[in-house]
Amino acid sequence: TSNMKLILIFSALFGASLCLETFVGHQVLRIKTRNEEEVKKLQLLESLEHLKLDFWINPSTPALPVDVRIPANSVQAVKAFLESYGIEYSILIEDLQVVLDKEKEDMAYSQQRDRSSNSFNYGTYHTLDSIYAELDHLASEYSHIVSKLQIGESYEKRPLYVLKFSTGGSNRPAIWLDAGIHSREWVTQATAIWIAKKIASDYGKSPSITSLLNEMDIFLLTVSNPDGYVFTHTTNRMWRKTRSKNQGSRCVGVDPNRNWDAGFGGPGASSNPCSDSYRGPSANSEVEVKSVVNFIKNHGNIRAFLTLHSYSQLLMYPYGYKCTEPADYAELDALGRAAANSIQSLYGTTFTVGSICTTIYQASGGSIDWSYDYGIKYSFAFELRDTGRYGFLLPTNQIIPTAEETWLGLKKIMEHVRDNLY
Amino acid sequence: EAAMELPPSHYPASRAAALATGYACYRRGSPGRGLALRAVRRARRQDIDDVGHKYHLELVLEDILDKDSTVNCTAEVLYHLGNKNIAPDVQFTIEGELKNTDEADNIFYNRIKTLEKELVAENIPDSHGNVSPEMEPIHLLAWVASGYVIWQNSKENTKFQLAQIKHVKQVKRSDEYLEFDYLILLHEMVSQEIIPWQMRVLWHPQHGVQVTQDSRQPKQASE
Repeated sequence: TSNMKLILIFSALFGASLCLETFVGHQVLRIKTRNEEEVKKLQLLESLEHLKLDFWINPSTPALPVDVRIPANSVQAVKAFLESYGIEYSILIEDLQVVLDKEKEDMAYSQQRDRSSNSFNYGTYHTLDSIYAELDHLASEYSHIVSKLQIGESYEKRPLYVLKFSTGGSNRPAIWLDAGIHSREWVTQATAIWIAKKIASDYGKSPSITSLLNEMDIFLLTVSNPDGYVFTHTTNRMWRKTRSKNQGSRCVGVDPNRNWDAGFGGPGASSNPCSDSYRGPSANSEVEVKSVVNFIKNHGNIRAFLTLHSYSQLLMYPYGYKCTEPADYAELDALGRAAANSIQSLYGTTFTVGSICTTIYQASGGSIDWSYDYGIKYSFAFELRDTGRYGFLLPTNQIIPTAEETWLGLKKIMEHVRDNLY
Repeated sequence: EAAMELPPSHYPASRAAALATGYACYRRGSPGRGLALRAVRRARRQDIDDVGHKYHLELVLEDILDKDSTVNCTAEVLYHLGNKNIAPDVQFTIEGELKNTDEADNIFYNRIKTLEKELVAENIPDSHGNVSPEMEPIHLLAWVASGYVIWQNSKENTKFQLAQIKHVKQVKRSDEYLEFDYLILLHEMVSQEIIPWQMRVLWHPQHGVQVTQDSRQPKQASE
């Protein structure tokens, strides 16, 4: 009888079922059943667990094919069974392991291609490690104009990396640009890394950038507060300050933009370590701030100091620590308006222009106040998108548009600096 | 006391404007409609002896879900003198019609009413600014309700914005209203503090948004 046949064929295989990790010699068959009888035969096959058959499409109706993966040592027996009942089948996959190996190879190849052709997604937010890896990538891919410098270490000993864009010369007049001093302002670090790529890839193509870099250098600090940035990823998305320990307090961190030596201790900064605008025990107490101050002083030829924050869509010049106008008010205001117009020209995003003190609040110890009083005339602070709908949590689809429009504003300022070297 | 003209781009005007917008949004908003400040056209300030400072504002508001849809709004904001914890007085008039959101509101209402289990969600938007389409009305409802909290707690030296919904859970009700218990984070621009705030929000398509209870929460120790 047919059932006897079955038992004979398969009992020989009973107990021969090894638990193999690989799929060497496994075949995938497609079985075409013509009637209910044949479907029933396949359902009988399905019930023989020791065969370790893996049905990709189970036998249920003659209308549908049955796809089944068969371990190597069951292949001949299953085929014999099907042939003895005249059940039609075809071989979908001759050897499954070969297919899997090829797939693995393809994946490894495309991953390697990704690494060498750079698939860093500028339209999303990245971890610190990922941004740092991209800095290295840019410095290597555009090594004729980009180099990476370390200007110091954060409180928790993370390196502070600056990209230098230069076509040579010796201590040329330079532009300083930083982002992410307040760690929760994620669109700023994202904008900075996009700008790095933009400057590097546009040199030699854009007349403006090319002429700029032929006369000046650009220094770009993409993550000014790496400890805070890591903390926003691991623990608290809304963290603003550094992560330094405060003596005598359980509260951590200093507001790095109240820590500069400009009206330090004045109004608009807190003396409470638990405050998000805590100025710190003394000016430059934060190593993240001191490192930048040292760099700027040692360089000696910085002509513009530009810093990125979010949010509010503002373009501001000094002062923050006092509400009196800076000596260069007229020029800075006019340049600020020109830059805001450039920003608006792309997507209609409006930026309000004015001094820090009149536009948002009186705030002492701010970076552009220090740089301006130090002698760097072109000192501007940007507050990027948006105006509060998403605030710090700006959706990723706005990263690149924000970077593109911000770049136009920065370029306007840089071109003016280039044309007005004093 | 004559009214003094203020530069619209300076912070005294923008703070009063943010407050007026929050209040207007609370009064006119729904899960299908949120209002945000587009621009300050004009601002004047009157110092009223023994009373306080009164701001006269001409604003442009935009529909959060449809940026091209804007309305003009005139508002008066009176910040009371002294340290009393009295909310500022706000009056406003919106010129023209706001978009009708009955359909969207009813869809949302029915969706929540027919949920098998009470809605629970957190971190809206998430760290990357994402809000799923199903959570958009929940987000907007918080935006509208936070207008109340902002109004009640604003002073001349504060400027609040909703930063994030940390947690929201629906409260079961036997009547026709929908009720949600929110824990939100408010961002206060002047001090730069992030302030957790809990609020109970009641809503019905025909009865608007109501904050029935709210309380400031302590900052987490780990932060």
